Amino acid sequence: MDLRARDVGVALGGTPIVTGVSLDAPAGTWLTVVGPNGAGKSTLLRALAGLVPAGGTVELGGEPTAGLRRREWARRVAFVPQDPVVPPGMSVGGYVLLGRTPHLGPLAREGASDLAVVARTLEQLDLTAFTDRPLETLSGGERQRAIVGRALAQEAPVLLLDEPTTALDVGHQQDLLELVDRLRRDHDLTVVSTMHDLTLAGQYADRLLLLDRGQVVVTGPPDEVLTQENLARFYGARVRVLVDGGALVVVPVRAGTPVQT
Amino acid sequence: MIRVERLGVGWLAAGVAAVLVAVVAGVAAGPVSLAPFDVGRELLDHLPFVEVRSGLTDRQAAIVWDLRLPRVVLGLLVGAMLAVTGSSYQGVFRNPLADPYLLGVAAGAGFGATLAIVSGASTDVGFVEPLPLAAFAGALAAVGLTYLLGAAGDRFRSPAALILAGVAVASFLTALQTYVQQRESETLRDVYAWLLGRLSTAHWDEVRLLLPYAVITAVVLLAHRRALDVLSVGDEEAAALGLHPKRTRLVVVIVASLGAAAAVSVSGLIIFVGIIVPHTIRLVAGTSYRVILPLSLLLGGAFLALVDLLARTVVAPAELPLGVVTAFFGAPFFAVVLRSSRRATA
Repeated sequence: MDLRARDVGVALGGTPIVTGVSLDAPAGTWLTVVGPNGAGKSTLLRALAGLVPAGGTVELGGEPTAGLRRREWARRVAFVPQDPVVPPGMSVGGYVLLGRTPHLGPLAREGASDLAVVARTLEQLDLTAFTDRPLETLSGGERQRAIVGRALAQEAPVLLLDEPTTALDVGHQQDLLELVDRLRRDHDLTVVSTMHDLTLAGQYADRLLLLDRGQVVVTGPPDEVLTQENLARFYGARVRVLVDGGALVVVPVRAGTPVQT
Repeated sequence: MIRVERLGVGWLAAGVAAVLVAVVAGVAAGPVSLAPFDVGRELLDHLPFVEVRSGLTDRQAAIVWDLRLPRVVLGLLVGAMLAVTGSSYQGVFRNPLADPYLLGVAAGAGFGATLAIVSGASTDVGFVEPLPLAAFAGALAAVGLTYLLGAAGDRFRSPAALILAGVAVASFLTALQTYVQQRESETLRDVYAWLLGRLSTAHWDEVRLLLPYAVITAVVLLAHRRALDVLSVGDEEAAALGLHPKRTRLVVVIVASLGAAAAVSVSGLIIFVGIIVPHTIRLVAGTSYRVILPLSLLLGGAFLALVDLLARTVVAPAELPLGVVTAFFGAPFFAVVLRSSRRATA
């Protein structure tokens, strides 16, 4: 499902956080929003998920989201927050089952088809053995998989991920991103994520969008966005951007070391 | 195999058994002691299509039906309400210390009851008893005030704002209540007796007063048990899952406050039931509200009916205030449950 946003603006407590953002994420593609701390990446993602009141228009599959009911929105867009709440005592199976909420009426109970979706999701994420384990007893990587599992159980064609790899070591970061990429191909998901690690951002996304102070600075394929000039100007970072086997590598450089181009 | 966490048959049976034990024990024990077996048969006899001879005399049957059963039933209803509304408050506010009195219910009921007592209206004036009505009105007015205050100037009212508003309203009404009570010191004893909670004046009238609110509250809260599980991931994530967190919280808070106010109006302030029962269930039976809410109704009711039995028998013919007994037995019991479950999960 195509995701299209035009002139999206969010103000929180009177302060504009995101202004005039337009973006396109065609069905089956991966768009990653990058930008320095406080640029408004998470807020933009929440606006796309319909979780904050926002100006402008967001279209899903060509349909405007204005007037869409919460439940209908949640059937189209699944959202994985940066720091999800882990309810004490809840099992992994029960947690992933929460993802079926948008498919149930307010007073309805889960049916066999909902349980089948959850079983399939756990299988796909290699979490079947953890089904009855309390979520809080899982390691960071396993827990993050379970959280992606909850979003996946929503069976929404658009998946929004807010800093999905922040708390993970590099191996688990790769595992998770490979998993998301595989799911994207298998289910033709539209993925929009935010990410701090620019090298990983460049490796996995089809397109990047660089956000600074709530506005789009540049958007395009990774090699157009991840330039030394952009990173110096908007991140205030001294970096070298290397090309390694066709992929971009962003390497921080200590002050005093001459930056080569 | 994925299963939905819900109330298992074992726990359901345990809850029903606890209620039955509380009913039979509560009816059998007292100044005129009756054989539990006879009491059981007497109660069975009144079920439709069941005819058994209880062997109780007419006088004994009158004790059962006019004195003890209404009191036991009222205990069940009040306990069930306090426990189920406590669980619900804990769920919508995601706060383990939330209780049915959180939003000023207790202070409002106390103020209403105190006004009724000092104005002398507490003595019977015909067809309704004014004391529970005054307490009920006070409780609802307090919750309404809390809600207006908590929502004022905040279109996206947060749970914290509502709780703080409840603290302010409760303090204010408690101050008013204490002032009125001190000015009319000859009624101090009556006011305290009410505040500490009792079921001793229970008749079927009180049962009839509470029953409709109890049924509405139980049905609406039970209908929200899955929504409360969804809310446990926080407002934003619940919204991302298609729920309206604020709307859900509003409905649950209003209905739970109604149930708590109705319970308090006939029983006085009985502390601790709304916290101890839900948390005991969480520790032993499960953390899903599909388990907690129905089991709170059953075990909360049985717990309070049994506590009332203790309250009226240990120092007979005098009676202990219920609130004292719930805390005296409840606190150590809860400490034991807390410790043993820590060990089990460690």
